[in-house]
Amino acid sequence: MKRMNLNFIVGLFIIAGMAAVAYLSVTIAGVSGYSKDNYQLVAKFSNSSGLKKGAFIEIAGVKVGKVTNIVLDKEAFESVATFTFDDDVALSEDTIASIRTAGILGDKFVKISPGATDEMLSSGDEIIETESSISIEELVSKYMFNSDDKS
Amino acid sequence: MTTTSPIITVKNLNSHYGERQILKNVNFCVQQGEIRVIMGGSGSGKSTLLNHLLALLVPTSGSINIDDVDVVNADAKTLSNLRQKMGVAFQGGALFSSMTVGENIKLPLKHHTQLDENTIDIMARLKLELMNLAGFEDLMPAELSGGMLKRAGLARAVIMDPKLLFFDEPSAGLDPVTSVELDELILKLRDAMNMTIVVVTHELESAFKIADKITVLFDGEIALTGTVDEIKNSDDIRIQNLINRRSRNEKINAEQYIKRLTTGQG
Amino acid sequence: MFNSLTLTIESIGSVVVRRIESAGRLGTFLAQIVSRLWGHKFPLGETIKQLHFVGARTVPLILISGLFTGMVIALQFYDTLIRFGSVELLGAAVAMSLIRELGPVMAALMVIARVGSATCAEIGIMRNEQQFDALDCMAIDSYHYIMLPRLIAALIAVPLLTALFDVFGIGGGYIVGVLIHGVSEGAYLTGMADTIVWNDVLMGLIKSTLFGGVILWISLAKGFYLHIEQKNAGAEGVSQATTNAVVLSAVLMLFVDYIVSSLMI
Repeated sequence: MKRMNLNFIVGLFIIAGMAAVAYLSVTIAGVSGYSKDNYQLVAKFSNSSGLKKGAFIEIAGVKVGKVTNIVLDKEAFESVATFTFDDDVALSEDTIASIRTAGILGDKFVKISPGATDEMLSSGDEIIETESSISIEELVSKYMFNSDDKS
Repeated sequence: MTTTSPIITVKNLNSHYGERQILKNVNFCVQQGEIRVIMGGSGSGKSTLLNHLLALLVPTSGSINIDDVDVVNADAKTLSNLRQKMGVAFQGGALFSSMTVGENIKLPLKHHTQLDENTIDIMARLKLELMNLAGFEDLMPAELSGGMLKRAGLARAVIMDPKLLFFDEPSAGLDPVTSVELDELILKLRDAMNMTIVVVTHELESAFKIADKITVLFDGEIALTGTVDEIKNSDDIRIQNLINRRSRNEKINAEQYIKRLTTGQG
Repeated sequence: MFNSLTLTIESIGSVVVRRIESAGRLGTFLAQIVSRLWGHKFPLGETIKQLHFVGARTVPLILISGLFTGMVIALQFYDTLIRFGSVELLGAAVAMSLIRELGPVMAALMVIARVGSATCAEIGIMRNEQQFDALDCMAIDSYHYIMLPRLIAALIAVPLLTALFDVFGIGGGYIVGVLIHGVSEGAYLTGMADTIVWNDVLMGLIKSTLFGGVILWISLAKGFYLHIEQKNAGAEGVSQATTNAVVLSAVLMLFVDYIVSSLMI
């Protein structure tokens, strides 16, 4: 009986420990073995400077997918980014995708502002409304140019 | 005594601890079925001698032969086989504090035999009964008194029914009654199981009571090996001092004494 | 004058010789234990007993210290990050420092305090009470029966304890960051998930396994060689050996920490 008890406690310890290891490696380090179903959307930006493959996409601060590809549209000279979303995230047609920076110095990420129409985007569709990267240099030069104008 | 070859033969044994020589050319034999007492004061080297007999220490020179095994040069396997035929009862019992008394006593059986649980239980209870420890099986060693620990240690030493039993200081730290009980137990073991028993002690009374022969050690040298009467009638002054409980230094050399006190040397 | 110089050199020499001897003993001790993995029946029962002692009974201490460690680093990082307007990095910062560095080291320190010291004292007392002599005389191999289960138990238990420490630390960080200072839950959790990669978790696991081995190796050896290394083999010897074991295992652990970090970063 005493023996049983000891084995039971040790067993419990091992299970709890393994659960902690699993939580760290699967949920936090994202080791797959588990991969949610997902679908792709594309979005065109006039400037995607600083956005990298693997950057995350969030809605209201929650991660819902990541940027899986960025290429140049050689005719329009636009940046075409492919986004991969978790399957349970449904987006309407008038969704806005904007490139933002985490903090002042942080990485670029994509912020999705959900729209209001009933028409939903399906795999392969394009998010029409986009906001490009805001470059601090551009902002600064615009400000200088404007102030030149006035004087 | 008998014509059979001795079970223990020690020849020209020398032993050092660092620079200090502990044993000087020790020679003796122990016959089958004998109770041999190794006697000596503290610092006489008797514990070192015991450790050599148990192959816990390696001597500087000399040979020890136990049951036709050269203990000094034996390989691990031979030594292990020999040790399964030997039992050792240590001074404080040396029971494992993390196990119950019962588990302690069963340990050698569990390790060296394929006996089933029930048989092992019965054998352990038999030995505990013999040592007047029936019913103490499930206690932890910390809950036993000094005398009980020694008896439990003895029970563990004889659990495998060894040919040869070593007993370190059976009566040290015990009251006279308990000590007498242990002496009787030792005699009972020899008569019941025909063991050869080597007892290391500094207690005269118990030595005289149980010994067939006594080996007296002084400063690492054997002063005398003989029967109880031979020891009692010996005219060696050191043995007489031991028997009559006289102090070692009969007369003090005044000059040396002063020198020792003032310079710390001498 | 010259005489005292020779004496000094002599004593330095003898200290060096003793240190080298001691290192050699530690090495052979470990080799002896490891060699018992082959050709012997694996001591499962004893290992489970030791898993209980090293692992299960250390869990409460690990949970409490993990929680507070997580809370305090969240507090510190929050105070720093808010100055850069980057509090959304809080989760990442807390998890990163816990998983890669603080978790393994703090958990190992807790194990040294609770298990290493107790083990060294226990083994030292066994030595004092002639229990190892008794084992030898019963032809029971103490490396196999006493040492191996404890070492194996540490190798299994310490990484698990570290993982528990990490998880509770992340929980503590959540309490301070999200519940007290109002950092967004999404930022805290996804920040963590986006920053931490498998390599970080692996580094934590490797470190903690090695730490567990180092702690028990040193503690067992210092207790086992009590009669050789301590002048006074009594109670004072046990306390001295325990102190040595705690100090040496802590220092050696940090050394191993540096080596593993420099190899894996």
